[in-house]
Amino acid sequence: MAANVRYDDVRVGTELPAQTFEIHRLDLVKYAGASGDFNVIHWNERIAKSVGLPDVIAHGMYTMAQAVRVVTDWLGDPGAVVDYSVRFTRPVVVPDDDTGAVLEVSGAVIEKREDKQAVVELLARAGGAKVLAKARAVVQLE
Amino acid sequence: MALNPVFVGKQYPPTEPYEVSREKIHEFATAIGDSNPAYLDREAAGALGYPDVIAPPTFAIAVSARAASQVIFDPSLGLDYSRVVHGEQSFSYTRPVRAGDQLTVVVTVDNIRTAAGNDIITTRGEVSTVDGEHVVTALSTLVSRAPDSAGS
Repeated sequence: MAANVRYDDVRVGTELPAQTFEIHRLDLVKYAGASGDFNVIHWNERIAKSVGLPDVIAHGMYTMAQAVRVVTDWLGDPGAVVDYSVRFTRPVVVPDDDTGAVLEVSGAVIEKREDKQAVVELLARAGGAKVLAKARAVVQLE
Repeated sequence: MALNPVFVGKQYPPTEPYEVSREKIHEFATAIGDSNPAYLDREAAGALGYPDVIAPPTFAIAVSARAASQVIFDPSLGLDYSRVVHGEQSFSYTRPVRAGDQLTVVVTVDNIRTAAGNDIITTRGEVSTVDGEHVVTALSTLVSRAPDSAGS
């Protein structure tokens, strides 16, 4: 591991640089292909609405992938993430327009563990709502 | 529409190896818009101590979800995939997935339950190399929403 962040420089409460991600329909199409998740609710508005969704929604895994970038960009070494878990609380609705959805992610260290590990809690919001809960990454520092 | 409870505890034999290529990692990193050099550049990955480019943390879903599809798309489970949203996901890594890995997955159905009319299934994928080195454990909870519910 060669993380940019040293264990001794981190304290409970240390904030990670926040980031904002735009999500467009094209991103979901690319993600469907790259991940192999072709669930129609992520690209077909007609079927998404027919099953009671407000519109096409982002893959939860796409949101999860974006959120952890706050951690991996902070660390430099993405391999220093040793555990990552989230609960998906609200869908990220991605309208078919030029704006798409906007995902805002922030994070802070909530715990320091032995073996130079730290726990980061992430907050992710889109459309005025919290879209992830219990979003936590455990990172191995030096 | 309850899911077939006979699946609880069912474990599947190891999947055919999934060979992780640099191109697939590149495609995945590009799809999530992440240009971290550890995903794209062997030298940058090498400077971090890795023998080849590594995959983004959530790349493991491409491997584990493919393996879990043998459960999810089994007609006798009774899951309507168009009603499925992701409920929870966790990954515990022994090391990052990297190019050149030959990964095999043992899938177990950890739990099936119903809450507020939603059918919920949790699968666990133990992802290892064909040589038996553990790489990551993926826990996925999928929710099949009740017909009258809005998405969550």
